[in-house]
Amino acid sequence: MNYNWNWGIFFQPNPMGTGSYLDMLLSGLALTLKTAVLAWIIALIAGSVVGVMRTLPSRGATWFGFAYVEFFRNMPLLVQLFLWFFVLPEILPRAAGLWLKQLPNAPFWTAAIGIGLFMSARVAVQLQAGISSLPRGQKMAATALGLTTVQGYRYVLLPMAFRIILPPLTSEFLNTIKNTAVAITIGLLELTGQARSMQEFSFQVFEAFTAATILYLLVNAVVVTAMRFLERWVAIPGYITGK
Amino acid sequence: MLGNFDFDVIRRALPYLFYEGMTFTLTLTGLAALGGLIFGTALALMRLSGYKTLGRIAGLYVDFMRSLPLVLVIFWFYFLVPYIGQWLTGASRPISVGAFASSLITFVMFEAAYFSEIMRAGIQSISRGQPAAASALGLTYAQTMRYVVLPQAFRNMLPVLITQTIVLFQDTSLVYVLSITDFLGAASKVAQRDGRLVEMYLFAAVVYFTISCIASFGVRRLQARIAIIR
Repeated sequence: MNYNWNWGIFFQPNPMGTGSYLDMLLSGLALTLKTAVLAWIIALIAGSVVGVMRTLPSRGATWFGFAYVEFFRNMPLLVQLFLWFFVLPEILPRAAGLWLKQLPNAPFWTAAIGIGLFMSARVAVQLQAGISSLPRGQKMAATALGLTTVQGYRYVLLPMAFRIILPPLTSEFLNTIKNTAVAITIGLLELTGQARSMQEFSFQVFEAFTAATILYLLVNAVVVTAMRFLERWVAIPGYITGK
Repeated sequence: MLGNFDFDVIRRALPYLFYEGMTFTLTLTGLAALGGLIFGTALALMRLSGYKTLGRIAGLYVDFMRSLPLVLVIFWFYFLVPYIGQWLTGASRPISVGAFASSLITFVMFEAAYFSEIMRAGIQSISRGQPAAASALGLTYAQTMRYVVLPQAFRNMLPVLITQTIVLFQDTSLVYVLSITDFLGAASKVAQRDGRLVEMYLFAAVVYFTISCIASFGVRRLQARIAIIR
């Protein structure tokens, strides 16, 4: 391979004047994590609400949950981001659209909200599976104790369901982090975006992408380790994984 | 507002969108699913084989691919494939690979990791008695896999495999980052040329949504049919 390797490139100043190329990548990493965390909070909240709705006896709620999940699952994430970023400001009333377009950090907010909603459909499906995997007796016991539906979910069903679905939620969180890379298309300079611009400025393709790859692998390792501790901590006594 | 929504822009772009864009998207989806399935099954067999080293290599590959964002993998292969081609053919310069070949290799390599996990679960869902019976019949390991285990594993996992293919169909839109004219790429080119972002992106969303919806309803029916048989 007649490629000009130069691993020292990371310590050379970047053309933006914001320090070295390494600093550029690290700022991308920070933005990736910020976007992912905000998206994950949105996904957890919206996903929990929709997931619960899918298990309620009410027909309307189930139907809404079904439609919500189908809507967000059957469109590519990239198309959804384009809808939020390019289409929404145009179809809103003029003033609102203009405000939206002039929002500082628009790519960041769009990405966080768009990816959050996209992931919320997946969280909802997981949570629904978790709730319906619980024995019927749990719900009945809650009712027998005189708990209202809200209390039953709050104190009995949800704590159990969330602990059961923690492992699949971990992979959804990892997916959220990976999905932030799609935001490169709306101009968010997250980790992949920074690696791409480093490649464009320095022509060191493989160094730039190797560094980004290593950073993604590190983030993965940290998240997986942290979640393993969390899993052990919240394990339900009496279950196979429990103490 | 939607008051000046221009349907005519969509109508005029239809041939370009479908003949050029959608053909690319569907061909890429189909071939990548096929390649991913073959390569993924090989990976799954490696992981389940008695050889520890083989299993570890396959495991590393799968974990590696699954911890990277697809966009990054697309960039990797886009820049790497010409060098691999040069190395394979012994040419003096990195060979130029077309957009299609480059994205096909990317998706086969990437999807193989996902398909391999599905096939692994499928193989593990076959009861122990099956391979035992096969070897009692005198079949070799390869024959057991080929005639007994894999067909059943494939059949059991068919709904999941199709679901993964729907995900793949949606993910192919990410070749947008290489300015390739897939369906979304075509829509986006028209959108930028005519300044009609709203129409084109909404239309693209509707098309992706409709196709994925129909496909996932099909999967649900298939699942019901398979469930009755068992």
